[in-house]
Amino acid sequence: MLSSIVLPLFIAATAPAKVKPAPPPPPTESHTALFMLIGFVATTLVITWFSTRKSPGSSAYFAADRRLTGLQNGLAAAGGHLSAAAFLGISGMIAFHGYDGFLCSVGWFVAWLTVLLIVAEPLRNAGQYTMADLVAYRLKQRPVRALASLSTITVSTFFLIAEMVGAGLLVKLLLPTVPMNWAIIGVGVLTIVYVVFGGMLATTRVQILTAILFLSGTILLSFLVMKYYDFRFARFFKASSEVLVNPKTATTKSFLLPGMLFGKDVILAPNFGPGWGPLDLVSLGLALVFGTAGLPQVLTRFYTVPDAKTARVSVVWAMIIIGLFYLTTTFLGFGAAAILGPSKLMVAGVINENMAAPLLANKLGNELFVAFISAVAFATILAVVAGLIISASTSFAHDFHTNVLHHGKEIRPGDEVKVARITALVIGALAIFLVIQLQTINVAFLVGLAFAVAASAHLPVIVLSVVWRRFTTAGAAAGLGVGLLASLALIIISPTIMGIDAPTVAAARRHLIQHAAIFPLTNPGLVSIPLAFLAAILASLVRRDRTAEAAFAEFSVRANTGLGAEKATAL
Amino acid sequence: MNPQRSGGVPPKPTAPKVSTPPPWEAIAADPDFKKLLAAKARFILLATLFFVAYYFTLPVLVGWYPDLMKKEVLGRMNLAFLFALSQFFVAWGLAFFYVKAAARWDQAAAAVRTRFDKG
Repeated sequence: MLSSIVLPLFIAATAPAKVKPAPPPPPTESHTALFMLIGFVATTLVITWFSTRKSPGSSAYFAADRRLTGLQNGLAAAGGHLSAAAFLGISGMIAFHGYDGFLCSVGWFVAWLTVLLIVAEPLRNAGQYTMADLVAYRLKQRPVRALASLSTITVSTFFLIAEMVGAGLLVKLLLPTVPMNWAIIGVGVLTIVYVVFGGMLATTRVQILTAILFLSGTILLSFLVMKYYDFRFARFFKASSEVLVNPKTATTKSFLLPGMLFGKDVILAPNFGPGWGPLDLVSLGLALVFGTAGLPQVLTRFYTVPDAKTARVSVVWAMIIIGLFYLTTTFLGFGAAAILGPSKLMVAGVINENMAAPLLANKLGNELFVAFISAVAFATILAVVAGLIISASTSFAHDFHTNVLHHGKEIRPGDEVKVARITALVIGALAIFLVIQLQTINVAFLVGLAFAVAASAHLPVIVLSVVWRRFTTAGAAAGLGVGLLASLALIIISPTIMGIDAPTVAAARRHLIQHAAIFPLTNPGLVSIPLAFLAAILASLVRRDRTAEAAFAEFSVRANTGLGAEKATAL
Repeated sequence: MNPQRSGGVPPKPTAPKVSTPPPWEAIAADPDFKKLLAAKARFILLATLFFVAYYFTLPVLVGWYPDLMKKEVLGRMNLAFLFALSQFFVAWGLAFFYVKAAARWDQAAAAVRTRFDKG
């Protein structure tokens, strides 16, 4: 149970275990939302149509010709980052667990400083399409790229499954008339269409559109919350400190106090007892702060702009938009707690964390607004999934196919794009299949795992390849391998996957391995990140690599001056 | 149209290019370039250490010293909430200073680039 609270950033974990065929909401309500959603989908298809090229080169297909402006790319980065999970998941966490939920907002936002300070500019200057371009620059191409590609696709797939299971559950809640499998197939097919036909350009444009809709929706809802309190912050915070948690006994609780999720008395795994909560919070923070800058869907974004300066500006725009959104979670989350109360956040008689924001919209706005919020929540999933599919297929086509299998040569022009399109189709189809099979299993841990792998396998090798002359191929392989394996292994033995449930616990909430946890924390970052750094450094120290050291001058000049960087395609 | 390189970035530019590759070693040894690198490294290291320290102070204080953080300072707003809120403004502020500093580095880098691009 707790594992599903600590990482419930994605809807899968906190969705109701069993939604009985309860009376569906009034049909008009879901029809308005459905029409809005159809309108959005039609718009995205038009966008895709206008983004297709007859025979795009790699730079056009993978990097939108590198011609986006900072604002466009920043909006797209935000649109690819802010999913329904952030919107529904975090506002629900605050509505149920108060202040500790807001801590997640802070972590998800502050992490973008790592992207700004350390990753975005060297990546744009020294690479072409993927993270591996940067890491493999001075090193032996094939082993480094093979491992980087493997870990990139792993991270993207974990995210993809979690997002698509989320999409299915979201549709079940918001549009009960649409069958869940249709929703999953719909999300899969649409995003495949965006990526296969429109490439990075269509994906970017869909993400820009979603980011704008998303931010308007959440700001409008926050405005309604403050209007409820006559725009007086003192009243809002007073109400948040006196949330009615039990209407029968009229018990109130201050939701502004820390400790409801990560407190010292919270028990993560029964066999380890209390006291691990704060350490788990630190470990989660590490995974967020160092993982965001290692996420493939974040990294590929910085190749779509003309130069490093625009990459920098786009991170700043992303930080403005993402920061504003996470600030609004204060109003959405505490607002839902104070105005409705956690005990009233129910759908069809079942208490549901993820419905805090839509129910709040229902209380404060009219039917059209609720429909808008529901449609926006679903639209964000499309934007996020498209970003995941294109970053995974880019890595497979560019890193694995072109550089590992064909030693860096494209046999016929256009092969790389062709392979990427086929990969996108395969990954998308595979995701649809897996998600339909997995939908009754608790998959929320996949998001935490994706962040942990990105923070442990990707960030250490990115940082070391940028700053350390003596970093070697063996070091990169060790960092990638140990980071990937350590985070996977630690998650498997953590209370997220291991635990003994009572027989009454429903399938969607059961631990995958019915055994007492071996590792006390639900987030492995605290151990796996230092371990990966250590492995990368030690393996580099074992044997010097003179070729790699000799190439450091070239790399450093490139990364810091932009000399020889990939240019934007001229019109 | 820019000629497309199809593969990865080779350690040595082996692909036939119209112009000769830039003199990487000479630039790397250039005093102006070295000064730029040192300035960047100093700023980025300090900024990263600062934000990592500032960010992790939050979970440490909230996790192990909740009683301190529960203290109400502004109406019902407690230290924990204000500190969390401050993270947003500190991050935006740091991003602002970084962009200002980076604008200076852009000029320095452009100067180095033009000097060596010509010959």
